[in-house]
Amino acid sequence: MAAKTDYAEVPVIAPGHSYASVTDKVSGVILTKKTPKGWLLGFGIAFLFMMLMLFSLTVLFAKGVGVWGLNNTVAWGFAIVNFVWWVGIGHAGTLISAILLLFRQEWRSSINRFAEAMTIFAVANAGLFPIIHTGRPWLAYWLFPYPSMLKLWPQFRSPLLWDVFAISTYVTISLLFWYLGLIPDFATLRDVADNKLVRRIYGIMALGWRGAARHWSQYNRASLLLAALATPLVVSVHSVVSFDFAVGSVPGWHTTFLPPYFVSGAIFSGFAMVITLAIPIRKFYHMEDFITDRHLENMAKIMLATGLIVFYAYIMEVFFAWYSGNHYEKFMIYNRMTGPYAPFYWALIFFNGVMPQLLWFKKVRRTTWMLFPIAIGVNIGMWLERFIIVVTSLHREFQPATWAHYAGTFWDWSLYIGTLGFFATLLFLFLRSMPMINMFEMKELIHHVSHRGKEH
Amino acid sequence: MMSESLYGLMAKFNSPEEVLAATRAARDEGYRAMEAYSPFPVEGLDELLDYKPTIQYWVLIGGIVGAITGFALQYYASVISYPIIIGGRPFNSWPAFIIIIFELTILFAGITAVFGTLGLSGFPMPYHSVFNVEDFRQVSRDKFFLCIESQDPKFDANRTRAFLESMNPEDVTEVKP
Repeated sequence: MAAKTDYAEVPVIAPGHSYASVTDKVSGVILTKKTPKGWLLGFGIAFLFMMLMLFSLTVLFAKGVGVWGLNNTVAWGFAIVNFVWWVGIGHAGTLISAILLLFRQEWRSSINRFAEAMTIFAVANAGLFPIIHTGRPWLAYWLFPYPSMLKLWPQFRSPLLWDVFAISTYVTISLLFWYLGLIPDFATLRDVADNKLVRRIYGIMALGWRGAARHWSQYNRASLLLAALATPLVVSVHSVVSFDFAVGSVPGWHTTFLPPYFVSGAIFSGFAMVITLAIPIRKFYHMEDFITDRHLENMAKIMLATGLIVFYAYIMEVFFAWYSGNHYEKFMIYNRMTGPYAPFYWALIFFNGVMPQLLWFKKVRRTTWMLFPIAIGVNIGMWLERFIIVVTSLHREFQPATWAHYAGTFWDWSLYIGTLGFFATLLFLFLRSMPMINMFEMKELIHHVSHRGKEH
Repeated sequence: MMSESLYGLMAKFNSPEEVLAATRAARDEGYRAMEAYSPFPVEGLDELLDYKPTIQYWVLIGGIVGAITGFALQYYASVISYPIIIGGRPFNSWPAFIIIIFELTILFAGITAVFGTLGLSGFPMPYHSVFNVEDFRQVSRDKFFLCIESQDPKFDANRTRAFLESMNPEDVTEVKP
């Protein structure tokens, strides 16, 4: 069969690797004394942008949300767009670490670690936006139910509060899952490091892990359970995010298909981000043996599949606006396609709907210079999609007297670009201090692959 | 007796197959107090050691506690502590509470899974005898170890060493307590 020869062509791990070579290759990145010049340069740039984020936040806190482009009509702007975009990006990491684990997709082993890291850093950014969007972030703890002097409780019937619970559960579980996966690898770093201080630091983080069979047994069971818990969780998170819109009676938001549409869009944008990061990382650290073209191809396939679901949702949006016979819904779609934000709408259709169709070709899926721009395009397209959803529905709501225009100000953009810097800064620190590839799972993979070879 | 100053005897192997074979043989010899160490989970070792993971029961309990907490929290806040009519809904509008119940179920179960598995394995553990073996550093790289502990009633420093050496290990080392 054609599919089988493909697998033989591009393996999930290049041949000739042993348990020791995997360990040395992955831990060598961290334990080397020489920090690569490229890393320093990249970190420096990312750090500057992180400073831009802190500067924008300072201005925001000093002057208030008036520095943003919000007005009475469009009260949800960049903050909500960025929130939804960042949460969505996080979803790919959980999908790779949880759902693909449950489906026993072995190829996930080499990409799950940094995809999970990406999840945590993306959700950290996402969590920032609703907090600052409240206008008085120092009172953000009011969102949590605690017996306060005010005697009031948060409104449990509101999707906005569901969001608080969904996002905080998501970030907690992702962080714990990630740390659990890191423990055996921290033990490896503790054991292979020569420097005493480095050994001590990783030793503390490894908690005394010694690879005992009983511990592995418990550990494997716990990982499967966590995967089984994280799978419905990740689906619930973006569903709850979509409830923020779907429960409101605004044209374009008030639809039942929003949860699956948001979840597939989240996975779509998340895989685009994983591909965007994986291509330069594997090139820079020479990890082509572990992150092979097969990984890129598989991720491209998932991107194509979820992209088709998203494109289908775009078409259904138009169809139901017409089929509902609802005046406001029809106008909303008409306004999206021809109104002041029409270029954004058509750009997102191009980036999310049309351009990914190139992924039907195997050559495109396997050629990094073709795949990379498509992934970047999807990142942009998904941001535009959230912008269109949030802004076009609001700026032409029911009453023409309240119609208004919305555009991000300098501080909107600087904060958004700053969070990209924050994300990149965390990612650079992660690459330098933690194993970017799950070493023990790669060794397990080598073990399985060698067995499979014997059977044939 | 010499065995009192020993934690056990440790044999070093090169492959998961070898450590599996050695563990099986040790089990057939009647040894029970032993542990195998490996850089990655090796299927079958836990069964040979008569070990069954128990974390799933804890996770189930964690999930149930989470669900009850989720409902109790919302019920108390909305019905008992500060009942207030919102949108004409009943105070105990449980369908709207489902999502937070679900999230807290996952949260409690997940926290139990992580801290439970660490706790049941005795982590954090700052000291363990097996680390006294210099070569044991390789366990997390590419070597596999089987340690027969001196607390086993069948343990005898000489006979156990002879047994382990018959399994073709790279070497056999004494583990200081």
